[in-house]
Amino acid sequence: MKVRVKVLKWLCVMTLAGVMAFGLVGLTRADDAPKPDPAGTATGDKTTVYDAGGTALVVSEPAKLSDDDAKDPAKKKAYDDSLKAYNDFKAKADKEPVAMQLADAVGHNRVAINFTWTLVTGFLVMFMQAGFALVETGLCRAKNSGHTMAMNFMIYPMGMLGFYLCGFAFMFGGMGPITTMGGYAGLNNEFTINLFGKPFGLLGLKGFLLQGAGYDSAVFTLFLFQMVFMDTTATIPTGACAERWKFSSFMLYGCAIGTIMYPFFGNWVWGGGWLSQLGANFGIGHGHVDFAGSSVVHMQGGVIALVAAWIVGARYGKFNKDGSTNFMPPHSIPMAMLGTFILAFGWFGFNPGSSLAATDLRIGVVATNTMLASATGALAATLWMWWVRTKKPDPSMMCNGMLAGLVAITCPCAFVSAGGASILGAISGILVVESVFFFDKIGIDDPVGAISVHGVNGCWGCLSLGLFADGTYGQGWNGAHWFKLVDGTYKFFSDPSTAPTGSTEMGVLGLFYGGGMSQFWAELIGVTTCFITLAVITFIVFKVIGAILNGHRPTLDVEIGGLDVPEMGCLGYNGVVMDKEVETPHPKGYSNPSASVPAASRTPVSTR
Amino acid sequence: MNKIEAIIKPFKLDEVKEALAEVGIQGMTVSEVKGFGRQKGQTEVYRGSEYAVDFVPKIKLEIVVADDAVDRVIKVIQESAKTGKIGDGKIFVWKIDKAMRIRTAEMNEAAV
Repeated sequence: MKVRVKVLKWLCVMTLAGVMAFGLVGLTRADDAPKPDPAGTATGDKTTVYDAGGTALVVSEPAKLSDDDAKDPAKKKAYDDSLKAYNDFKAKADKEPVAMQLADAVGHNRVAINFTWTLVTGFLVMFMQAGFALVETGLCRAKNSGHTMAMNFMIYPMGMLGFYLCGFAFMFGGMGPITTMGGYAGLNNEFTINLFGKPFGLLGLKGFLLQGAGYDSAVFTLFLFQMVFMDTTATIPTGACAERWKFSSFMLYGCAIGTIMYPFFGNWVWGGGWLSQLGANFGIGHGHVDFAGSSVVHMQGGVIALVAAWIVGARYGKFNKDGSTNFMPPHSIPMAMLGTFILAFGWFGFNPGSSLAATDLRIGVVATNTMLASATGALAATLWMWWVRTKKPDPSMMCNGMLAGLVAITCPCAFVSAGGASILGAISGILVVESVFFFDKIGIDDPVGAISVHGVNGCWGCLSLGLFADGTYGQGWNGAHWFKLVDGTYKFFSDPSTAPTGSTEMGVLGLFYGGGMSQFWAELIGVTTCFITLAVITFIVFKVIGAILNGHRPTLDVEIGGLDVPEMGCLGYNGVVMDKEVETPHPKGYSNPSASVPAASRTPVSTR
Repeated sequence: MNKIEAIIKPFKLDEVKEALAEVGIQGMTVSEVKGFGRQKGQTEVYRGSEYAVDFVPKIKLEIVVADDAVDRVIKVIQESAKTGKIGDGKIFVWKIDKAMRIRTAEMNEAAV
């Protein structure tokens, strides 16, 4: 025991030292990097003024043409046109200096609007932590309520601090300019390898501990927003592993989630990494598109939950020898449903906020699509249970159905119409019910349906984008350009200026709207990568934690009597009589029932 | 002295209490219990797990009375707690050896 604690402490110190070294390197390296703006007094000017269609007010001077390029007549013409546009604008601007000053103020205000939007929607997503805590605790038994709530509570600071330490830097250190919030381009270090002749971004390396290039007001705003998304992922496995997960094991998981589990796939999709560039590099759709995180947030959480629940093992008494399941009642349906409403409310920050811009007026469509999918998800799940499965409209499945709809719409919310949103929400409602029964059948115990809601429907949400995206939004997404030609064909152009006259640039387009299978393949590659990457990372992390702590479970008497007092030191509900024996079925068909679940930790929790 | 233990349906408690007050019973102990008789519960399903709802919530009344009051009291309880449907409950009568009022240390009949 003493040796393992020493190893653990040594590991923590070395990790912290390593990360600080990373950060200090960033601090001391003097390059001609963009100047960070911690006070926010230099962010936003006339260069951030755009009209509704996205045309900039300011025309910038074109880059000087090299001698070789000057010999190419097409390139020379393009340069001449740009130079003329620039000179025309400069002439007009010089005649109206007050207008240009006003444009600076307008630009600052636009950026301020987007800062406000990103921050306030971020606050809404933070409130979802309460929603998750209530749903999970409501669907578990009262004797474990203090422990379940505590896990959901502590994951918020643990995940946040890990993300602050290095997770944000890994994920966004190479993202480039923060275009909607002033264009600061200090996060410009992406570790890239070359494969098949194309750049594959793997990892960001700037912004550790939010200092140096990271100490900028726009970066801090982005950090807050992205951190609450990371915490959404982080809180998903606490549901799948509830009621038999030792708090110390959970805390070590909390150290790992924000630092090394979440950021890598996140960088590949949102940080400018290789999955987002599948379009620009190889013409596969617009690359892996994920507007608000069905794969980055929910599927990552679902896969972690699946592997964690598999390694930690089922609750004692859940499965009988013949595979049938025993009844373990939710102790508070009102709590679970209140939590679901809080999550649905917070999702109005989750999806529309992912535009990072209130100046992007697609946010109305995003919010309404989100709402519609939640409704059809809840209704479909309820009717499926009532008419097909258990012949009664089950409240816990109403909750899971609404959440499944919300998870599924999270990826395609900006790219589908109301009809598409409603249909894919309904499909997710049926999918979540069948998935819950499936995981019970294969012996994975998921008390709250986290794997089914987040993992399965996160995957479905991404795939549904490849089917339902209708092309009205997302032109040039991820740097990929697709045009509808005059004859109706849909084609990829690596250089958009080479598209023939008369063709229209399309937004993200799925199979059902004439986009072919390309976007679907991009999504499929993305979700497959997500599954493999997170399964491997989670397996390694949980095996290491298991080795350090001698297992993930408390002893059997602690699990049967309730985790609250032995693990946390106080009951969730004091002064309430609980019928603990009735709440704990014993597994049938085993000569030695204790052998029906994985071995408990050999280090018992302290009793005084 | 006898103790009358009556297991009744929970929603009948107020009716039984008032009927007993009318015949002069001024004290009782009530507890919330679960139970079943000859009629069993039914099978329900929660998210794929079948479970039997055997135990039904009931109220247990305990009243200690003098010997001559027993028959009158159990008749009152039976009439006020009856609904005519399955699960109405049962009444048991126990012999009590001694009783004492804690405040005054009175014994037996004076304590009841």
